[in-house]
Amino acid sequence: MLLGPSGCGKTTLLKLVNRLYEPTRGRITVDGTDIHALPAPALRRRIGYVIQQSGLFPHMRISENIGIVPTLLKWDKARIATRVDELLDLVGLPPADYRRRYPAQLSGGEQQRVGLARALAADPSTLLMDEPFGAVDAITRTRLQDELRQIHTRFRQTVLFVTHDIEEAVRLADEIVVMREGRVVQFATPMRIVMEPVDSFVANLVGANDVLRRLSLVSVSEVLTPLAGPVGPVEPRLQRAARLRDALGALLESGADRVVVIDDDARPLGTVDLGVIQRAGTRSGAGWPAEPAVGFSGQQGSV
Amino acid sequence: MLGGRQSRRLGSPASRAAFEFGIGVSCLTLDYLSEHWPQVLQLTLDHLELASIAVGLALLTAVPLGILTSRFRTLTLPVLGLLGALYTVPSLAFLAFLIPSQGLGRRPAIVMLATYAQIFLVRNIVAGLRGVDAPTLEAARGVGMTDWQVFYQVRWPLALPVVLAGIRTAFVTTLSLATVSAWINAGGLGSLLFTGISRDNPPQILAGAIAIVALTLLAATALRLVERETAVARAARAARRG
Repeated sequence: MLLGPSGCGKTTLLKLVNRLYEPTRGRITVDGTDIHALPAPALRRRIGYVIQQSGLFPHMRISENIGIVPTLLKWDKARIATRVDELLDLVGLPPADYRRRYPAQLSGGEQQRVGLARALAADPSTLLMDEPFGAVDAITRTRLQDELRQIHTRFRQTVLFVTHDIEEAVRLADEIVVMREGRVVQFATPMRIVMEPVDSFVANLVGANDVLRRLSLVSVSEVLTPLAGPVGPVEPRLQRAARLRDALGALLESGADRVVVIDDDARPLGTVDLGVIQRAGTRSGAGWPAEPAVGFSGQQGSV
Repeated sequence: MLGGRQSRRLGSPASRAAFEFGIGVSCLTLDYLSEHWPQVLQLTLDHLELASIAVGLALLTAVPLGILTSRFRTLTLPVLGLLGALYTVPSLAFLAFLIPSQGLGRRPAIVMLATYAQIFLVRNIVAGLRGVDAPTLEAARGVGMTDWQVFYQVRWPLALPVVLAGIRTAFVTTLSLATVSAWINAGGLGSLLFTGISRDNPPQILAGAIAIVALTLLAATALRLVERETAVARAARAARRG
């Protein structure tokens, strides 16, 4: 996950990987092979590419759009057709309804799904995604993020994902690269980035001073107090994957003293009370001063 | 020939005479057309052929020139400026200028018509190719198309509606300009006009004019139908249907 303000170079970095931009020096490898070992078009056919405005070809039907990389790779027609239907199913668009349509007949969210399907068509091991959900509404964005996560869990591609949306980064990332003015300022897990930002720039960017955001990163199972004594029937219950933010919400809503964390079979594992939440909410890397309201100093530009 | 009410409304004897002359010529034109239709039809076909050859040859130079100009911005002003300036040369002067090198007949006419058509063709090819959305082109490169594939699978088809509109404008203009080329014995419907004028035969002039207008409208309609069949037009129709 590449995160940073506009003009910080995250898109540039992404485009260096599929050689839409060429590096002046340095070496980039994908799956251990230098990206300059192949001609650029051949390299790009092996790397899925999704961009913000879907980048679909308006004069081609949905099936032709999704089948473009297999077509370039000269798969036979029947195999392409099967693959297109498979992918439409995967991204939740019924093939019979969508195959023959044109991009302009689809909503923004549907176009993004087709964009994702097109990128996945030739089963690439690497996906580059440049703010793929930047132009869809919040509800659709959340749904697309969930689906991307499911697809990713199934196929385990390496995804390089550009965003300026910290919520998105935290939701989806295994690791986040924070960039500023063309430099990487921090590379770590979402948890570490939020809990231990290296400087005030990162702290402000990720909203490390926002206690609720920090709480949304910690899962209840990491901090629970082992069970002592019986559990009351009225105490609120949370799955162990839930976050401390959910626990706080449950406490405030129910008025109870503690929430009970349960496992997949609804057996109680332990409890979380306000004291636990409070300790977790106090950040270890102590208080970076908030930057003045002017915001980032990163140069503006269309990268 | 006129009823009382009409003659009163027409007022002066002069306008009345003009009106009667008009009616007379119209009737005589219909007579002329019904008597000479095989000859008029032949001239119409010649006219169409002349214009088609001219626009076809014009495309042979306009397509490469347009592609080149769309790629190199510095060429825009010189190329379009020159073609625009050529277009302002009066057609009779142009033909007169060509006679010493090309002689009389169809050849100089085709040279002139193909030259005039350049500005419409090149201008629209440049506008069409440049008008293609940059992110779409980058997506095309991003999925692994070679430069040539980006051009013929994405850029050219997306520019085609504008290119075809240019061809239609060029063709319609060529049909009307081709009239003048009868002056150097290139044939076509212009010869009806010129002989009509020299023999002081208004029905023949009018018949020629009517045939040119009809041919032009027909050609424009046919070309519009072709434009409806581009991939972009199909996609746009599908989007309107929802």
